[in-house]
Amino acid sequence: MNWELMNESWPELLAAVPVTLTLAASSLFLGFFLALGISLMRVSKIWIFSNFAYFFVYLFRSTPLLVQIFLIYYGSGQFRDFFESIGLWVFFREAWFCAILSLTLNTAAYSSEIIRGGIQSVPFGQIEAAKAVGMSKFLLFRRITFPVAIRQALPGYGNEIILMVKATSLASTITLLEITGVAKKIISATWSPIEIFVIAGIFYLVINFIVTRIIQSLEIRLSPQLFRDRKSWWQSLTQNGKRTVGTQQTFR
Amino acid sequence: MKKLALLTTAIVFAIAGQAAAAEKVRIATEGAYAPWNYKDSAGNLVGFEIDLAKDLCTRMKADCTVVEQAWDGIIPALQAGKYDAIMAGMSITDKRKKIISFSRAYASTPAKFVVLKSSPAAGFKTMEADINLMEVSDGEKASLGELVSQFKGKTVGVQVATTHLNFLNEYLGKDVTIKTYDTQENLDLDLQAGRVDAALASMSYWAPLLKGDKGKDMIAVGPNLTGGPFGAGVGVGIRQKDTKLVGMFSKAITESIAAGVVSKLAIKHFGFDASVK
Repeated sequence: MNWELMNESWPELLAAVPVTLTLAASSLFLGFFLALGISLMRVSKIWIFSNFAYFFVYLFRSTPLLVQIFLIYYGSGQFRDFFESIGLWVFFREAWFCAILSLTLNTAAYSSEIIRGGIQSVPFGQIEAAKAVGMSKFLLFRRITFPVAIRQALPGYGNEIILMVKATSLASTITLLEITGVAKKIISATWSPIEIFVIAGIFYLVINFIVTRIIQSLEIRLSPQLFRDRKSWWQSLTQNGKRTVGTQQTFR
Repeated sequence: MKKLALLTTAIVFAIAGQAAAAEKVRIATEGAYAPWNYKDSAGNLVGFEIDLAKDLCTRMKADCTVVEQAWDGIIPALQAGKYDAIMAGMSITDKRKKIISFSRAYASTPAKFVVLKSSPAAGFKTMEADINLMEVSDGEKASLGELVSQFKGKTVGVQVATTHLNFLNEYLGKDVTIKTYDTQENLDLDLQAGRVDAALASMSYWAPLLKGDKGKDMIAVGPNLTGGPFGAGVGVGIRQKDTKLVGMFSKAITESIAAGVVSKLAIKHFGFDASVK
């Protein structure tokens, strides 16, 4: 291991972290709303909606993200005249736009299935009860279906967030210099892939460590009944020996 | 993890009458840098360096295997012992010589910018048509200035891990936006799409491309660049401890050049004699 090289390279890799975070955050943000729409279409009783949603999910889940990014970026370049004529070339010209577009479409496909699972897990009794007190369809969705569905979907969605943070590395194939792109660039000048990828890997670990903590605290907030007995991760580390006592007390 | 992508679809040059004791040499090439090395429609490795490797191996009386390896992992995989030599249009540079050894050069071609015919830079010429960066004369210095002002504020595309990227960083880094690509083919696509204003690569790559259908909208402009960051021609990359192999390759190359084989192969593949006399 060349420690000197690692020491020299980490600031350049750190400078690429905002690019990775921007790609992940913007595609997750846009993708969430798209996913919500798709999942509602998917559970809709109108066949044209549910079929469209089914096809969308099928298309983006069944092809590799690398292929999608590549096709959207280099594919749009092949049809420049067409995109110019409809005035969209200014967007498709930018690698940023193409990366966020493909990441958004991809996460929307996966997340919509996660949300659909959540929606369909809402106990029918609760919906029936809401109808019985005369809630409108919208109010029912806002007050009953959506909160329960999100609670159910959160662990699965947390998984999706982590996957997306890692998926941003594919943006390096379309000239964007996020963490992996910068790592490849440094490697090409130093021919030391091990050292550089170790640092890049550590950055992804740190980012995803923070992400998992945020999701976990959200889970605790939304479903406190499941975590009533749980100590914070820090407490569980420091007071490891006393945990069994707490569990027994709950059962009593 | 390109290193792991080392393809096992290797071509074995069965050399007739070769004794079992013949030295086994594994040669890596990129397979994506026509006409140096590329794949034909059947997926076989072909090109200038594949033909040259055959000739050199016969001269060295070696039992050679040519394997394919992605460019960005080609030096690390050599050092990891996945193969013994690199013949992939790799220029001999000081920077690379710190890591690996090279045989003597077998070919040398200038670097050149290419733009679309519709570009405002399409007719661009410098006072000096050839710039050797080893020793820059006053006229060449002025021409480099013309180059900088021509592309100032523009986006220039280049393949990653190349001497061309080193040149851009060193001479135009402050004035242009550099966009790097993992393959030359992706760069060509973006040049055509207008995402980069110009692309820099070796003339050996451009010459056949510009003649073909793919290059019908493109034109080579500006000076012929050699020396300096572009190194002293293209040679065989070999691990530093394999001094014997370096000697074998250098001797075979000298013989091959003397026999006129390198010139003949260069004219066949590049359309001009790129051999190093």
